[in-house]
Amino acid sequence: MSKNTGRIIGISGNLIRVEFSESVIQNEVGYAVVGDTRLKAEIIRIQGSSAEMQVFEDTTGLSVNDPVEFTGEMLSVQLGPGLLTQIYDGLQNPLPALAAECGFFLQRGKYLDPLDRQKKWAFSPQAQKGDTVSAGDSLGTVPEGIFEHRIMVPFRLRGDYTVDVIQPEGEYTVDTVVATLKDERGETHDVTMVQTWPVKVPIQAYAERLRPTEPLITKVRIVDTLFPIARGGTYCVPGPFGAGKTVLQQITSRHAEVDVVIIAACGERAGEVVETLREFPELTDPRTGKSLMERTLIICNTSSMPVAAREASVYTAVTIAEYYRQMGLNVLLLADSTSRWAQALREVSGRLEEIPGEEAFPAYLESVIAAFYERGGVVKLRDGSVGSVTIGGTVSPAGGNFEEPVTQSTLKVVGAFHGLSRERSDARRYPAIAPLDSWSKYDSVVNDEDVALARKSLRDGNEINQMMKVVGEEGTSIDDFVIYMKAEYIDAVYLQQDAFNDVDAATDAERQEYVFGRIMKIVRTPMSFEDKEATRRFFQSLTQVTKDWNRVKMDDSGFKELEERIEKMISEVTDYA
Amino acid sequence: MHKVYTQLDRIAGNVISLVAEDVTYGELALVQSDQGSSLSQVIRIEGNRVFLQVFAGGRGISTGAEVRFLGRVMQVPFSEALLGRIFDGSGDPRDRGPAITQNMIPIGGPSVNPAKRIIPRNMVRTGIPMIDVFNTLVESQKLPIFSIAGEPYNDLLARIALQAEVDVIILGGMGLKHDDYLTFRDTLEEQGALSRTVMFIHTAADPTVECLLVPDVSLAVAEQFALQGKRVLVLLTDMTNFSDALKEIAITMEQIPATRGYPGDLYSQLASRYEKAVDFEGAGSITLLAVTTMPGDDVTHPVPDNTGYITEGQFYLRNGRIEPFGSLSRLKQLVNSKTREDHRAIMTVMIQLFASYRETLEKQSMGFRMSAWDSKLLKYGQRFETEMMDLSVNIPLEKALDLGWSILADCFDPEETGAPSKLIEKFWPNDHSQETQKEESQEVASV
Ligand SMILES: Nc1ncnc2c1ncn2[C@@H]1O[C@H](COP(=O)(O)OP(=O)(O)OP(=O)(O)O)[C@@H](O)[C@H]1O
Ligand SMILES: [Mg+2]
Repeated sequence: MSKNTGRIIGISGNLIRVEFSESVIQNEVGYAVVGDTRLKAEIIRIQGSSAEMQVFEDTTGLSVNDPVEFTGEMLSVQLGPGLLTQIYDGLQNPLPALAAECGFFLQRGKYLDPLDRQKKWAFSPQAQKGDTVSAGDSLGTVPEGIFEHRIMVPFRLRGDYTVDVIQPEGEYTVDTVVATLKDERGETHDVTMVQTWPVKVPIQAYAERLRPTEPLITKVRIVDTLFPIARGGTYCVPGPFGAGKTVLQQITSRHAEVDVVIIAACGERAGEVVETLREFPELTDPRTGKSLMERTLIICNTSSMPVAAREASVYTAVTIAEYYRQMGLNVLLLADSTSRWAQALREVSGRLEEIPGEEAFPAYLESVIAAFYERGGVVKLRDGSVGSVTIGGTVSPAGGNFEEPVTQSTLKVVGAFHGLSRERSDARRYPAIAPLDSWSKYDSVVNDEDVALARKSLRDGNEINQMMKVVGEEGTSIDDFVIYMKAEYIDAVYLQQDAFNDVDAATDAERQEYVFGRIMKIVRTPMSFEDKEATRRFFQSLTQVTKDWNRVKMDDSGFKELEERIEKMISEVTDYA
Repeated sequence: MHKVYTQLDRIAGNVISLVAEDVTYGELALVQSDQGSSLSQVIRIEGNRVFLQVFAGGRGISTGAEVRFLGRVMQVPFSEALLGRIFDGSGDPRDRGPAITQNMIPIGGPSVNPAKRIIPRNMVRTGIPMIDVFNTLVESQKLPIFSIAGEPYNDLLARIALQAEVDVIILGGMGLKHDDYLTFRDTLEEQGALSRTVMFIHTAADPTVECLLVPDVSLAVAEQFALQGKRVLVLLTDMTNFSDALKEIAITMEQIPATRGYPGDLYSQLASRYEKAVDFEGAGSITLLAVTTMPGDDVTHPVPDNTGYITEGQFYLRNGRIEPFGSLSRLKQLVNSKTREDHRAIMTVMIQLFASYRETLEKQSMGFRMSAWDSKLLKYGQRFETEMMDLSVNIPLEKALDLGWSILADCFDPEETGAPSKLIEKFWPNDHSQETQKEESQEVASV
């Protein structure tokens, strides 16, 4: 047997040092064998005749001289129909299947097939014998839930191929050879519905990369209106603990207008994933009328699961995102939290005794983060269709202080920044995105003039508020006070959104345009009041009515009624002078 | 028979090293020297050199100490016989009762498959309005009490333990003052709860490393009870001591610290314990309440900071009260829609008004004139503090909600509260008509 086998010469936490005799590859996968258990590990550094490997499992029970079997393959995922609706761990183990086999607890060294090998898929060929094709071209499709899943020429094939054999329409398992391709030298290559791809290598089987310009509607008003994201863009959500990062991502994963949502729960609480996992199958996606789960895939490597697999989990997620992008779909990848992945890097770096950078993070942290977000983007495929991967990552800065390596490295590369503030979350002003500090380089769904006015109002209101803290309300002019109250009004009825109210939780682009237009009209209206007390009373009532308005569907009769009430209230205080 | 080694080549802090064969990672060894014997655990292997962390500490160990590898990992006994008993961090009795050695189970076992978890659904009633109304505790929740030293956090833990409807209480004490340990024991005994309690106690006088074992043994035992269908409440106090023990070991092992001396894996270490909180479908549950003292009252200190990122909220204990700001039960929304229809509204409205009250207090302290609105807020804030926040208040949730409406009605006009109009119609107390309200507010304004 020509199996390449090494032996363990050192163990420290999840890092093992392995002596080898034949050649090995950086990032190659190997299995540490302990009794009849095989523990998956990845080479992360090679020095002389020994390699350091991070083990994706608890290393208890391993000892020096235990064998390590190298596979010759880099850490990879399997791509094919049946990925959607799945719940995988960071190494693409299907967790429900694992639960069916092992019960309540995860079992170390147990690796199951990511794809169902028995299930038959209805294949419709698209390519014909004699066609010239290359990597990423569609050979045929199978229906996967709400999508036509493209069976593509494997991404690893370089150059042009001729279709030699293509299966007729029929029901096949994923391992069936659906096409045979001939290369320029006449050699044949069998294509099944499954291909494997190394997770750390971006898939590049497309014609060109485009600039992200189309807005991605999240139905979160403060995001779409003030700090929009674009399809194929990237954004980050840093914030102290409990500020609402996860809730914001959960809301986005429900309402965002995209085809596929991939949730990478990386080193956070298991309970949070469970909410998604149990609720999504019951919720209908208004876009398709089908269960939300049909467009969703969860990669779940929560905080008590093996630390080394956290890194794998974000790469597994982004690789699967790129795969669906290759089908001309818009994919949204939500990673929570990228800091946990960075910490996993830090742990390994420490064990490798590398020279530490700031807060003991490795010096290469910045380039690793940049390379990850670079995998987001809009691409034009060779058949002319367009697909995108949008990446949104949360960041969990130590002490809630954004001046730390992970936040700073992320801010350098993303297109939008939704900074959550403790002050806002304490005041229950959700979503707690700080309106004065956040930014976006993408285009808003509402008109720029109104956005500029809203920004100015919020800034002015804040200044007056700061001033008022020094000089008191009595030292503030009534005009300034009105400006302040208007800013508070924008905040209360537009920036804040009630995630638990069915209507208010999601505001589509049309309603945002309409409502924002109305509210900015109110802000523009000159008003006069007897005194500050009257001003406050007026805005309290106005806020109340406007909030009620937010809770009514746009096509309900109540919507117009409340709008008229608001208009009447405004007319009563308008200064016509 | 396992070979005995007698040649230590390094003793630093609580870590010793020696040359040994056929040792497995994580295995236990018994270290015997003139000072007595202690268990130790393999924490690193370099070729044939083995590093051991000695539970009783390195003090007094001689280079000629006997080291005997046991070929097994750390275990703890599990049976009904544990109930009513008190042990130390290594699972040895502290209460003069007999040692229990049957049915040994490993500690620090694998984590629950997320696909097997269910959404928590049961409220744990405590009779404390600051918890029940504003930050409802939920079965299977993991929640720390953030506190500065000197606050009555152990009393609060004991009170919740006694009032919560659970089958088994497990108390894990880390670096506990001996007096506090006795207080816990006596309180539970007086209230007749000792017979459903198991205690694993490490006191400030015990060896540091043993402190590290307390959460794992407590949670391993809790897990077994939960698998048998019991609702288990685990109390861990104080997790800052646990973290400091981790720091001590990391420094001895010459690890590069991440922040303020704490190791970079502090998050993962804490998370692997807290994540043991669970509701098993078809069996029992583990609810986990822990104490995290904040050195210097600084919530950005690495221990509270990392804890906050792991747990499902936190209670801030300050001046003997649960502070509404910063305190948060992240699971509350899973249960507070099923209690009473006005629960959420009361929760939101009262906190928002209380925030305004705090702002007014600030203005007042700076000597600004108080507007009529400010006066209303002041009246409201004081009532809120004495009738809701005070820890001596002990009323069921429904009473607390009624009290909430009555405080609001005494202080404000309905529309000033921002509560949804529908609820105001239904719950606003009738004896507070607009007229009397106006008079009152004018009175206040003229004060
Ligand atoms: N939009 C919202 N509406 C209502 N409540 C919210 C909202 N966002 C957050 N919350 C409240 O704040 C709590 C914490 O939010 P979340 O879990 O999203 O915080 P986080 O920033 O992800 O924290 P961590 O970093 O610790 O994971 C929630 O459980 C909920 O009670
Ligand atoms: Mg979160």
